[in-house]
Amino acid sequence: MSEGVSESEQLEIEKPEVRKRLESVGIELDPSRRAATFVQVDQQTTRISSFSESVEVMSIREALERYDWLQDYYWKAVRRDQDAYTMEADADDVNGYFIRSLPGKKVEIPVEACLYLRKAKSKQKVHNVIIAEEGSELNIISGCTSHPGVTSGMHLGISEFYVKKNAKITFTMIHSWESDVEVRPRSAAHVGEGGVFISNYVLMNPVKIVQMYPTAYVEKNATAIFSSVIVALENSVVDAGSRAILRGEGSSAEIVSRTISKGGKIVARGHIVGGAPEVKGHLECRGLMLSEEGSIQAIPELEAKFPNVDLSHEAAIGKIAEEEIFYLQSRGMSRDEATAAIIRGFLDVDIKGIPEMLKREIDKAIRMVEKDLF
Amino acid sequence: MKSKGDVLRVVNLGLKVDGKTILQNVNLYIKEGETYALFGPNGSGKSSLLSAIIGNPTYQISSGRIVFKGREINSLPTDERIKLGMGIAFQTPPRISGVKLIDVLRFCAKVGGRGEEDIHEFAKKLKMEDFLERPVNQGFSGGELKRSELLQLLLLNREFVMLDEPDSGVDLENISLIGETIREILERDVSAEERKKSGIIITHTGNILDYVDADYGVILYKGRIACVGNPEDILNEISQNGYEGCISKCLREFPNLNSLK
Repeated sequence: MSEGVSESEQLEIEKPEVRKRLESVGIELDPSRRAATFVQVDQQTTRISSFSESVEVMSIREALERYDWLQDYYWKAVRRDQDAYTMEADADDVNGYFIRSLPGKKVEIPVEACLYLRKAKSKQKVHNVIIAEEGSELNIISGCTSHPGVTSGMHLGISEFYVKKNAKITFTMIHSWESDVEVRPRSAAHVGEGGVFISNYVLMNPVKIVQMYPTAYVEKNATAIFSSVIVALENSVVDAGSRAILRGEGSSAEIVSRTISKGGKIVARGHIVGGAPEVKGHLECRGLMLSEEGSIQAIPELEAKFPNVDLSHEAAIGKIAEEEIFYLQSRGMSRDEATAAIIRGFLDVDIKGIPEMLKREIDKAIRMVEKDLF
Repeated sequence: MKSKGDVLRVVNLGLKVDGKTILQNVNLYIKEGETYALFGPNGSGKSSLLSAIIGNPTYQISSGRIVFKGREINSLPTDERIKLGMGIAFQTPPRISGVKLIDVLRFCAKVGGRGEEDIHEFAKKLKMEDFLERPVNQGFSGGELKRSELLQLLLLNREFVMLDEPDSGVDLENISLIGETIREILERDVSAEERKKSGIIITHTGNILDYVDADYGVILYKGRIACVGNPEDILNEISQNGYEGCISKCLREFPNLNSLK
């Protein structure tokens, strides 16, 4: 670790209440279950440990010092001047993680990266670069959360993904914030020929606002899959979408979102651009209203620029059908048990190509908060 | 032989849906060990009667009482009725995306005091092993739906079961499987003295009666019980002279039955 890691902060992440927060976003700090661990508290890297030789993990500050070639990736997928938030994130004190799987190496066990908001009312600025070199595979759990009691603040996160030829990245981002935290991730992925990019997003806790619209640029015969599970509680605003620009022949995309409003406002977006021949894309937005308050707006968009593209979408928003509750009650479940089973089923997105370990983390994150839903 | 008590008593039941009268003055007394076959034309209220007994909240009881094992259950939630000992196989169960059949079966097994191995044994018997991980009822064919419902009933292991057209849409190859399973659920192979299970089977074709020797047949007509008798006789009469013919014959034989308009 070439940069200073503050000892007091190092110790703090061992505290039980902090460990619990980390665990809620998939961060285990357990070498037997992770290929590497990266923890950033506010702007400071507090822990980097790697247990695998197939993957490099370091702070973006260190990576920029070490690798001149990183300039070819830094701010190349996301534009500096994209909006006010990217410009704000383009600051001297920015930090973040650099994760790179080496050519041909398959890292099945996930790398965990945690971005921790410690200081109240502060702005956390993060810039991540993730590269899967040719023929490699990389699984990442990125957990973002705030310290107990830190109810306000802002998280600005730039993430640039590069999936090289025939490589694969599975990226699972789990968020757990508090009621007055503003979150503006800005992400983009380049998915090279024959590559696969799988992005999963889970948000189940209150937040002031989450606004994001990650984009994947998908080259020849490559695939991008986005899945989101979003719960908006009272006073939360979540405007989240995923976009896939299919620009190589034979590329494909799948965007699936499951949103639940329990008093919060959700805008579920999705956009697939068929910008090359023989591309295939499917978009699915399903929403569940659990309260009289709040709203869900689904905005699926499809765009075809060639005749031989196959793009489709389905969107459905509703409440839990009484008929389904009654049916499960007729099997002996109480009304609450039936409702819970239906909600759990609704949130159970069958994500293709995701490792069992990540699937478990997603299920765990969902289970930890689902009791608040009814 | 000690005389057995009524498991279910439906007393002067009147039923409304959205203000419309569906059933009136329905009386039905079922003793422990007895199986009733329920006949009637489409729309006569057969499924509604079962819905009222199981407690579907869409159906409001406008008059009368439903008494199960000596306890009035008019306002008891469905799950409580299940715990008291009722079970039902629906004619067209809803599909629930994301809730796997195996999850529902595990719950049924818990209620019925059955184990994980029973789930697999019964699933195998009913040829539903390949459906366990699928969302319940989603994309199931007509026959698969019926087998899935029976599988759930088997695991629930209730004393009083209602089956809404378990034989409709079932191909010839599977009808005997369905029939044998219902016979087992209703303990029809157990002697009448020893038998604990009772139930109601709605059937249009009567095919199921080739496998299950119901004790009584009942015709529900225009929301009322119109005829009670031997199920085979009733079925023959219906197939020869239609429901009306059968009912007028019944009325001649049993003038005490409610008069029909």
